[in-house]
Amino acid sequence: MKGLIAVARALRANGVMGINERNAEFNLIHNERSRFPLVDDKLLTKELASKAGVAVPQLYGVIEIQHEVPELASLLSARQDFVVKPARGSQGDGILVVTGRSGNHYRLADGGLMDQPALEFHVSNILSGVFSLGGQTDRAMIEYRVNFDPVFEKITFRGVPDVRIIVFLGVPVMAMVRLPTRAAKGKANLHQGAIGSGVDISTGRTMTAVRGDQVVSEHPDTGNPVRDVQVPRWDTLLEIAARSFELTGLGYLGVDIVLDRDLGPMILELNARPGLNIQIANRAGLRPRLDAVLANRDRLRAIDERLEFAKERFGAQDPS
Amino acid sequence: MSRRHLYLLCAFLAICGLTFFLYKALVLKFPLQPEKQIATWRVEVRMQFEARGEPVKLKMNLPHSGNNLVIIDQNFVSAGYGLTTGIDRGNQVAVFAIRAASGPQTVYYRVLIHALRSADDLSREPVPDLPSTRLEGAERLAAERMMASARMQSADPETLAALLLKRLKSPAPSAEAALLLGPQPTSARVINVAVDLLRLGGIPARPVHGLTLEPERRGAHFITWLELHNGRNWVPRFPSEARPVVPEKTLRWWQGRTPLAEVVGGEELSHSVAVSRSYEYALATAIKQGQKLEQKLVEFSLFGLPIQTQSVYRSVLVIPIGILLLVILRNVVGLKTFGTFMPVLIAISFRQTELLWGAIFFAVIVAVGLSIRFYMEQLKLLLVPRLAAVVIVVVLTLAALTIFSHKLGFERGLSIGLFPIIILTMTIERMSIVWEERGPLESLQQALGSLAVGALCYLLMSLAIVEHLTFVFPELLLLVLAAILLLGRYSGYRLTELRRFRELAR
Repeated sequence: MKGLIAVARALRANGVMGINERNAEFNLIHNERSRFPLVDDKLLTKELASKAGVAVPQLYGVIEIQHEVPELASLLSARQDFVVKPARGSQGDGILVVTGRSGNHYRLADGGLMDQPALEFHVSNILSGVFSLGGQTDRAMIEYRVNFDPVFEKITFRGVPDVRIIVFLGVPVMAMVRLPTRAAKGKANLHQGAIGSGVDISTGRTMTAVRGDQVVSEHPDTGNPVRDVQVPRWDTLLEIAARSFELTGLGYLGVDIVLDRDLGPMILELNARPGLNIQIANRAGLRPRLDAVLANRDRLRAIDERLEFAKERFGAQDPS
Repeated sequence: MSRRHLYLLCAFLAICGLTFFLYKALVLKFPLQPEKQIATWRVEVRMQFEARGEPVKLKMNLPHSGNNLVIIDQNFVSAGYGLTTGIDRGNQVAVFAIRAASGPQTVYYRVLIHALRSADDLSREPVPDLPSTRLEGAERLAAERMMASARMQSADPETLAALLLKRLKSPAPSAEAALLLGPQPTSARVINVAVDLLRLGGIPARPVHGLTLEPERRGAHFITWLELHNGRNWVPRFPSEARPVVPEKTLRWWQGRTPLAEVVGGEELSHSVAVSRSYEYALATAIKQGQKLEQKLVEFSLFGLPIQTQSVYRSVLVIPIGILLLVILRNVVGLKTFGTFMPVLIAISFRQTELLWGAIFFAVIVAVGLSIRFYMEQLKLLLVPRLAAVVIVVVLTLAALTIFSHKLGFERGLSIGLFPIIILTMTIERMSIVWEERGPLESLQQALGSLAVGALCYLLMSLAIVEHLTFVFPELLLLVLAAILLLGRYSGYRLTELRRFRELAR
């Protein structure tokens, strides 16, 4: 028991935030419930972002009702590769990444094959709400598959790596790259075994990495070091992230951005309840940074001020 | 601001709850510990007769509280009869009446009795004006002779009565006794003669009829004894029978020479009596105290409810305690469970099956449901029909388990019909999704976690002291509410997070 109290004290001293604290002090206070649908429904997010001029993966089509499922084949006939997603999916469940075709089958990101009826069944499941929050009926969206920037090629097992940036009141406070692994079946989801690597807010270089709750230094499938990789166009990424505050009105937000080889950074999705593993990936607690933003919120109005503040205050403390 | 509001609200709730609690515990002396279990008797009298197609009136004597047996509840079941109750010749009576009835008729009377130390004392009943003896001629002469000799050999009314009974019961009775009793006297006849003799001697006496309460007795018989007034109070005098009568277990039913019931407009009246026993926690002192002190408070408490409803509330009122534990386990410890309140529902059904068998049944049902669910994956069914199919499989599994365990003579299985079927189905569906998306390990972990949380909730909810306190002091639930509201703003670490973030503690 004494050990546990000591651990709790040390965590508190390091400003590490727990789920209860995130929910009670940030989500419930800075995120209005009425704005949740904007981020919970990826179709709405996409619409919102496109209107604001932020790049998003192109939408190929939406299946809204069971009756439309048979049209899937014709809808996809011109596409070699695409992604099928539940619009209100949670934690990356139900996302299917098709990388190509092989005869009558679709080739999946994790190397498996899927035939047309199986794909249609998957879409039916999405529609009936199997993967959605609270099990409400859902829509299936089919969109452009990102050709990720080769910068992460060496430290990615299939799938699409993305950059998660936590934005508080429009200020990017912490960031990480999420790298798919074999265990995560090519998904960039930390819950499913992907690697998270902290990114220095001021430079955009990767730092330590974490897999599950463990600190790692190499990608488990490729064996390449994860550290000191420069995320290209970092300033653009930060700006996209910061603008999502005005976009959604949500004070505490996780912004997921992918880097396309040809099209540059695009918003993949927004998350009103972003996970806390980012703290392990950065080996730093969120709380001091959030408090710093709160203390200065009055002078952090314009986007330039917010970005400058972030780069100045939230860079890596350890210059090594 | 919102914090202070919350603290004020919680303090208010806690003060309300504590004030009520302390008042009831300290002033009304409601017990803080569950009392030992006491016996509850159920007596059922079935009366049958043939109606002749004319107005029918059935008059039935009803039992009294007394001798530490207290009538808690009584009810009458009769198809189409009007019911009135009243007092007739010192007895409580019920009169069933109907304008016209024909054919066989059945009327039920059920009474629920608690064995308590009761205050009302029939022995202090005033002496009524008893009719003088009806003995005439030779019988009167014989009676006077018996009384004269018995009076010589006794000291007071009680010894006189004992001596008379002894002589009347003697296998070789005197000529006077034989004349008074007639051929082959029943024990009721013996008592009646003894009453006549005592009244002749100027001693108030009456025959009393009652029922000996014995566990699981079908076809119980009324017994008759004698009560005489010794100048201060009424004392019972039981005829010495083969089986000794225990007054504490004998329910006083009616007095006088009338039979249990009389019918007008019907014939062939017969009755049968069944007695059964169960044990329940009772709050003898609290109810007694309550009646004396704060009638209203007790009336508006759960004790004012019928006994069946009380037992329902005994299970309902412990649910918040289970919920509190669940909130702590989820938000402070950080355990993951399927469905927010599923473990508590599981815990409630464990109350019927008990822990070990409940867990086994749960595992069997989930395993069967899950394998069916995996099989149905191949059929590519849509969600709602698929869930419905799993519901049916779960229901059939429940039925099969019940039949199977009944065949094995195993009564626990009979109560699993109370398992929350829909919740189990949703659990199976969620488990299969997690199984496919995150792997079997996490799925089984979460299922075992839910089961473990359910078991913990069950263990807490089934503590006798918890059940007692929530039932006797439901206001304590306000404290539970306050605690849960406070937990709603708990922003500290979860225990599992200490492990999860331990790398950052260096």
